[in-house]
Amino acid sequence: MDKFDIITTIQRQLGDRILAVQRKSDQRIYIEITPQSVQEASRLMLDEFAARLQIATGVDTSNGYEVMYHWALDNEGFVITLRVLLDHASAELDSIALMCPAAEWIEREMWELLGIEFNGHPDLRHLLLADDWPEGNYPMRHNHEVTT
Amino acid sequence: MNKRTIVPIGPYHALQEEPEFFKLHVEGEKVVHLDIELGYNHRGIEKLSESKTFEETIFLVERICGICSTSHPLACVQAVEDAGEIPVPERALFIRSAVGELERIHSHLLWLGLAGHFIGFNTIWMWAWRFREDVLNILELITGNRNHYGMMKPGGVRRDINKTDIPAISKLLDSLQDPIKLFRDAVVQDPLIHARTKGIGILTREKAQDYGALGPTARASGYDIDVRRDHPHAAYPMLDFDVITCEKGDVFDKAVVRILEMFESIRIIQQCLTQLEKSGGPVDSNPKTVPAGEGIGFYEAPRGEVFHYVRSDGSNRPIRHKVRAPSFMNVPTNRETVLGATVADATIILAAVDPCYCCTERMAVAVGHHDGERLLNARDLMRLSCEKTDRLMAETGLRGPSLPDFQRE
Repeated sequence: MDKFDIITTIQRQLGDRILAVQRKSDQRIYIEITPQSVQEASRLMLDEFAARLQIATGVDTSNGYEVMYHWALDNEGFVITLRVLLDHASAELDSIALMCPAAEWIEREMWELLGIEFNGHPDLRHLLLADDWPEGNYPMRHNHEVTT
Repeated sequence: MNKRTIVPIGPYHALQEEPEFFKLHVEGEKVVHLDIELGYNHRGIEKLSESKTFEETIFLVERICGICSTSHPLACVQAVEDAGEIPVPERALFIRSAVGELERIHSHLLWLGLAGHFIGFNTIWMWAWRFREDVLNILELITGNRNHYGMMKPGGVRRDINKTDIPAISKLLDSLQDPIKLFRDAVVQDPLIHARTKGIGILTREKAQDYGALGPTARASGYDIDVRRDHPHAAYPMLDFDVITCEKGDVFDKAVVRILEMFESIRIIQQCLTQLEKSGGPVDSNPKTVPAGEGIGFYEAPRGEVFHYVRSDGSNRPIRHKVRAPSFMNVPTNRETVLGATVADATIILAAVDPCYCCTERMAVAVGHHDGERLLNARDLMRLSCEKTDRLMAETGLRGPSLPDFQRE
């Protein structure tokens, strides 16, 4: 399947859940989707394209939390980044850990460092930070203050 | 029901470069559950990176891992170059690939030595590390350092490879062929190593894909991925090399993939050296700024794909820098591979994903909280593993791999 077909398939399947498409280069595509469609889009990546979840990560921006899922299509040689923007007041997403075991640690990391809640995650607990890390203290948020 | 016991491996353990805590839940000899705890070595590098300039960030990520001290910087500079659409001269691409492949050889030799040690063949350990020295000497010749080479920068590399050094580098590389062949034959043909590693710690292709396994861990299971081939970068599109895969996904296949990859690495470096000898030109495009944007960079490190994401707002610092090392994806596969195994095999199974070694054996004897029962420590696990080899020797009359004396020049 060539790159054009892949983008067409994604656009047909996700329809109005797609908010923006940015073709950065031949190897990189960024697609912004609605937060509610993360599971559906991930299912599409896994089933339709046998994509590999490289990593998901979040950024605290002035508009909200931006979460990016980087999916590698190894046979086609490019990376599709699915992007969702979450309001600062509602930092939660549906977990994809059950359909994609690779996401289990990735979501735990994002939960503890950026404070994104993952609904339906099988085991949402600290991964890198200490078990007694203070609740509600998220180091990757911009308002995080370093205390000694 | 059998009494369940917890065998702690870690947080500090000779099997692991970085502190990690594996809790093996065992019933009798069988492992029935595995808990993995991380975070003992969490240094907040992503957060720290936001306070560094792009130039400083490269030095920071070089210190994430002592062994992958080219893979992280290379992935990082490629992310910066992707974000800022920064060109890289062709000569720099060949140097990047050559240094990256030298790192792969020394890392795989290190793993091979330790794997031999864990199953009681210290000869393999000593010889593998002796020839690793030759690789480090080549790296010193090229970069000035045995480790932490400081070679990568956005737009190119910091040092050229002198054309006058190339014949010596090429000769040293060639001298590695014979020892690696001997290791290959010693491991591939030895029935005792077969008995210790075949059918042990199997990761199926399906599970490898589910967990997003990477590098030799994935390729040993027949999951044919390698970002050097699949996502062309550095000089790889201009080079001829094969991606090594196996089918069964056991400890033996993981060893075979790593050993055969070393031959491919030598092939790649020789091609790079030929190109470097033929042509000249700059090794750095000297970018002055990184425009606003975001970029992804990755590199096939010895353990699998290293991933970096960088976002720039046009200033001289990244506003977000995400790093994902291959062990982050490979270590969870232990939950599949170690289940049902015996404690004596757990050591080599956990080591088979090559979870980054830096070796601090500071494990104390753990005493069970409730019953005061003495649990197993690192030395006990090593002893169990070596005893199994000894037992197999006694039962089968086999002696294990014999390595002929290598003569120092």
